[in-house]
Amino acid sequence: MYRQTEIIKDASQPGIEGDMVINVGPQHPATHGVLHLVITLNGETIKKVEPHLGYIHRSIEKMCESLSYRQFIYVTSRMDYLSAHINNHACALCVEKGLQVEIPPRAQVIRILMDELTRIASHELWWGAMAMDLGAFTPFFHAFRERETINDIMEDTCGARLTMNYIVPGGVMADLHPDFQKKTKEFIQLYKRKIHEYDELVTGNIIFQNRMKGIGYLSPEDAVSYGCTGPTARGSGVSSDIRKLYPYEIYDKLEFDEVLESAGDSFARYMIRIGEMQQSIRIIEQLIDNIPEGDFQAKTKAVLKLPKGEYYSRVETARGELGVYIVSENGTTPYRIKFRSPGFSNLSVLDHIARGSKLGDLVAMMGTLDLVIPDIDR
Amino acid sequence: MYLLALDWWLILEKCLLVAVVVALSFFIAMYTTYAERKVAAWLQDRRGPNRAGPFGIFQPLADGGKLFFKEEIIPLASSRFLFILGPSMAMLTALLTSAVIPWSTPMHLFGRNISMQIADINIGILYVFGVVSLGVYGILVGGWASNNKFSLLAAIRGASQMISYELAMGLALIAVLMMTGSLQMSVIVQNQVQHGWHIIYQPLGFVIFFVCALAECNRTPFDMAECENELNFGYHQEYSSMKLGFYLFAEYINMFISSAVMVTLFFGAYDIPFVNEASWGLNANWLAIIGFIVFLAKTFFFLFVFIWIRWTIPRFRYDQLMNLGWKKLIPLALANMIVTAVVMLLLKK
Repeated sequence: MYRQTEIIKDASQPGIEGDMVINVGPQHPATHGVLHLVITLNGETIKKVEPHLGYIHRSIEKMCESLSYRQFIYVTSRMDYLSAHINNHACALCVEKGLQVEIPPRAQVIRILMDELTRIASHELWWGAMAMDLGAFTPFFHAFRERETINDIMEDTCGARLTMNYIVPGGVMADLHPDFQKKTKEFIQLYKRKIHEYDELVTGNIIFQNRMKGIGYLSPEDAVSYGCTGPTARGSGVSSDIRKLYPYEIYDKLEFDEVLESAGDSFARYMIRIGEMQQSIRIIEQLIDNIPEGDFQAKTKAVLKLPKGEYYSRVETARGELGVYIVSENGTTPYRIKFRSPGFSNLSVLDHIARGSKLGDLVAMMGTLDLVIPDIDR
Repeated sequence: MYLLALDWWLILEKCLLVAVVVALSFFIAMYTTYAERKVAAWLQDRRGPNRAGPFGIFQPLADGGKLFFKEEIIPLASSRFLFILGPSMAMLTALLTSAVIPWSTPMHLFGRNISMQIADINIGILYVFGVVSLGVYGILVGGWASNNKFSLLAAIRGASQMISYELAMGLALIAVLMMTGSLQMSVIVQNQVQHGWHIIYQPLGFVIFFVCALAECNRTPFDMAECENELNFGYHQEYSSMKLGFYLFAEYINMFISSAVMVTLFFGAYDIPFVNEASWGLNANWLAIIGFIVFLAKTFFFLFVFIWIRWTIPRFRYDQLMNLGWKKLIPLALANMIVTAVVMLLLKK
């Protein structure tokens, strides 16, 4: 045991004298959840950021091992709760890969529509929270105005507004609500009418740009080596859109662009998400009038059994690549499940990009990484 | 017999005026919180407080009552005396400033000429600056005494920000002082009544003064000391109950008073533009009341601008804020001062 005086005496060791260590979180307004950051400061400048995880660990992976292939999907809505549909989608894809079932075209289109609506909803929330991190409150409410419309659409069809549990192995759980097309078109109209407010209120603001441009630089090499995916990687110019690279469902037949920026700073990551919302609108517009008739679910057995083997599927969530890895021992429950969540890798880069920046920047950087803590901890 | 020689009426009159002004400051600060919520709601597509009384007009009372009845927590590790001194200082300095503001033209009551200014001292502006610069101690003492790292960081930020912006504020005002040749508030106002508002001659000076006023009041985009997203409400993080209320309230009083100072220095105080009030043939009391209403109307406009800005734009980063203060505002203010001096010199010839 050292006594305190002894510790201070050893000044040769860096980080003992003159350092200020503050704990941001687990209860802190900037971390948007129970993330705990131990930050070493030199004045206002950040020397080190150490994320501590586990405050919302619910052992979802372990839970999934005792749930059947139909049941475990519902748990995954609680991982990245802002893109619940897409989590379900990833799991359903993986199970379907094992079962070798063909998904009816109608279900495929419905899945994509729901995915893209979720993506927009998630980015809307991110945009509002991002601006709030920088001290502007009003954007949050503007974002929620549009997001509520999406939630209403979800509520009609799925019966839930946040954890939808709508996509199941073989298709989707129920057919679309009769109002779905009408309401989605109304949403697109609303979105197009209001999107200019986003730019006027936040994107074009000089204070906002000063706080975002050149801050939190992440080089393409680092983005790859830290395993960053999604908008975080694309902001550094790394092409990582799973919908383009490993197309699932009918993404390969749709026209949309992978949004790429090369700057690698906070502003680039911001612009990526703004651009992605437009691309999602584009995808929805292509599909909304062309939903094929037919079944919304393939015929599957009541109790699903995956043949012995290992299965992996990946999708693009609003935050990046979500991988689902299932090891099956030919039983009714998975032998082992592993989720590769985008948030975990994206968080790991925080220390790297935050060093040397100011404390205020850290909040902005965390905002542009778009962290959802339950997704990191699972 | 000195006591008899004193003008007791004057003292009574001033005491009354002090009471009225303090009550008014409190009342207006109270309803500025309400206005803040309503304007924010309006900007954010929602309704705002509407439960307490019609249109929620009793909301400030409910808020105050809540703060009074909340549990009072003084952290064990804090310095108890300073912990209590912090909010007291903030409130004290916020209320002191209003002493030199000329609210209206004099009134004639009971055969006396009653000035609508508590103290028309010949160093009016200096007094304002002196008191305002004491205001930083409220934040500094409170933040330090809390014995909390976030509060400490916020206190450091707040102190350095206020000191730097006071400098630019003072420099921006020197141009106005050169034009009037006096530090006395009543002279400054008279000068504006005769020659037109100072905003016409000193637009840049006003902009600098306004930006600095935002910073002095700790309002977005300069709310470094509070900064709820980084520093978790900053210097008043450890405060609860009415001590927190004092800090929050002092901010609103500061807003009101700095709006009043801006109106006095740049917008002609109680003067109505393009109109010669004297020609209306009203008696002095009515004119004083009209002047007072005009003064308040102008002040409320600035309060609205304060609120409007807060709910529109994001916050600066600490070093950017310092850059803006030292590298942009101070040189600009100096340039403004020199240009004013040169123009005045040329016109004199």
